[in-house]
Amino acid sequence: MWKYILKRFGLAIVTVFIIITITFFTMNAIPGGPFEKEKAPDPAVKALLEARFHLDKPVPVQFWYYLTDMFRGDFGISLKTGRNIMQTINESFAISAKLGGIAALAALAAGLVLGSIAAIMRNGVFDRVIIFFTTLFVSVPSFVLATLLLLVFCLKLAWFPVWSAESHSYFLPILALALYPMSYITRLTKSSMLDVLGQDYIRTARSKGLAETKVIFKHALRNALIPVITYMGPLVAYILTGSLVVETVFTIGGLGSKFVTGITNRDYPMVMATTIFLSVLMVVATLISDLIYKLVDPKISFD
Amino acid sequence: MKDTLLNVKDLQTAFFTDSGVVRAVNGVSFNLEKGKVLGIVGESGSGKSVTAYSILRILVDPGKVVGGEVFFKGEDVLKYSKREIRSLRGEKISIIFQDPMTSLNPVYTVGNQLMETIMLHTDRNRSEARQRAIEMLTLVGVNDPEKRVKQYPHELSGGMRQRVMIAMALACEPDILIADEPTTALDVTIQAQILELMQELQKKLGMAIIIITHDLGVIADMCDEIIVMYAGRICERGTSDEIFYNPKHEYTKGLLRSIPKLGMGHIRLKPIGGSPVDLLNMPKGCAFASRCDRAMKICLTNQPDEIAIGPEHMAACWMNVKAVYDEAADSGNKQGGDDK
Ligand SMILES: Nc1ncnc2c1ncn2[C@@H]1O[C@H](COP(=O)(O)OP(=O)(O)OP(=O)(O)O)[C@@H](O)[C@H]1O
Ligand code: SF4
Ligand SMILES: [Mg+2]
Repeated sequence: MWKYILKRFGLAIVTVFIIITITFFTMNAIPGGPFEKEKAPDPAVKALLEARFHLDKPVPVQFWYYLTDMFRGDFGISLKTGRNIMQTINESFAISAKLGGIAALAALAAGLVLGSIAAIMRNGVFDRVIIFFTTLFVSVPSFVLATLLLLVFCLKLAWFPVWSAESHSYFLPILALALYPMSYITRLTKSSMLDVLGQDYIRTARSKGLAETKVIFKHALRNALIPVITYMGPLVAYILTGSLVVETVFTIGGLGSKFVTGITNRDYPMVMATTIFLSVLMVVATLISDLIYKLVDPKISFD
Repeated sequence: MKDTLLNVKDLQTAFFTDSGVVRAVNGVSFNLEKGKVLGIVGESGSGKSVTAYSILRILVDPGKVVGGEVFFKGEDVLKYSKREIRSLRGEKISIIFQDPMTSLNPVYTVGNQLMETIMLHTDRNRSEARQRAIEMLTLVGVNDPEKRVKQYPHELSGGMRQRVMIAMALACEPDILIADEPTTALDVTIQAQILELMQELQKKLGMAIIIITHDLGVIADMCDEIIVMYAGRICERGTSDEIFYNPKHEYTKGLLRSIPKLGMGHIRLKPIGGSPVDLLNMPKGCAFASRCDRAMKICLTNQPDEIAIGPEHMAACWMNVKAVYDEAADSGNKQGGDDK
């Protein structure tokens, strides 16, 4: 098992390195630069600035500088604000992690519970209500949902304050971020639960004289979880990309909105750093979900 | 009758599906005495499994017992509360299923699943239950039981898994073991081993067994009584010998023609022609009429009752009534009358 984890860990590092390389060279291939606005700076100033950020060197050399700095935890400074990027990421990640973490956990917990209930009480009123809402939320894009929530509950009804320095109300952003994956997980859990409940080993469990709760929560749920766990990777990916939109709509200064403003500002170091950070998160999440998958399903062996 | 364990009376079970009511069991009655082996035989879809599931009330959704009674030691199981029925299952009546490959939960170890039953129905604690599990695995001939309890079902062969199922079913020393085609999914040599094991355990532990199969030949020498089912009804019942050497229902005769017998040489086997009856639209008369070579007019309009052939032999076939009439007619002929 440890051998497997080590192997996966090595692969993860390689993956991250490839992502960094691709991102770096793609960013360099994009025409235009931070100092080419309508009001272009004086050529002398521009040359100075470029020298300051090593932009006068050939690209591979720049890459080398970048990598070595990165290993020292230095992602450079923002071309826009001049602030240390590592510090910015640290601050904004705290906000994003709270938002994304709660959204992911809420989506998982609610999805599993609602999906199981829907499966057990299939064709009942509750099941129908769940089917209606999950279908709705699965088909509404997150930027529409986020905008609607903001419009109705913050601006029209004023039940929740708009995000500002004084008031950090996470409720609506979490809702906007969690409703889609929650609905998806609910549907996934329901169909996998229905499938499992029809299996022979469930009949065996009942024929032993086990109580129905034990049949469902011990024998059915763990099997029904397997497809849900495979969705964990995509879930994290969704939360990461979804937060770009949701944080921007709700004007939350999280990592996602830093990434988006970084792009609009052509703030390359900022975009680089956030991309790397997000992909590392993604790789780690995939690794963890793979390990959980193997723990739940004994048929998958550690090789 | 004093040792009757199980008494099933006019059991009727139906599935209420979208396309109509599927009448899977239509008035099955039988008695099972202590320590006896009852065989239930019939082709696929004749309602054998549904009968067994009805007794334990483990039918799934559209299925419902719509009539009859099931007495276990004099108490009607169909009237039991959920709690009462749960203490019957696995403790007093156990069941093993057709397909050992899918009947064990893939995500729990063999030991876990065995111990679960043991701890549910007895006072044993974890380590005692584990001890018992190992003991049971040894009893059913699983090699290296200490290692097996830690293994997952997918690490075991089909025959091994069926042994585990048997161990699980017998762990709480039930009064009745229902074996629903315990060997159908296994290859022939393993089949014989499993049946031998069941016979051996029956002698050792003394429980009663209901063994369900579609292969009459397989169970012939282990049953005290055999019931032949067709379309959810019992067509014939009797001792093994009576059923084998003196079958009185056309369907039973057909079944016997379709099984290979040892020492029969190369006689061609004759499977029964035609397809099983449509349970959504049961015919008015004998359910087997559309496939019966000897069907008569009355077979199409009237359902035959069970008629006693001997003290322990009954058959529900009009041929037996006809035989009585023919006999009477024969003796009448001698007096000159011509009867049709
Ligand atoms: N879930 C169900 N829904 C509808 N009909 C069903 C269902 N389960 C069983 N039946 C009906 O009940 C009939 C009897 O099924 P049963 O499983 O008892 O047959 P069997 O005698 O055990 O056959 P086999 O040898 O194939 O196991 C089947 O023909 C089928 O039409
Ligand atoms: S009752 Fe008639 S149709 Fe049915 S088995 Fe007997 S002879 Fe055939
Ligand atoms: Mg069956």
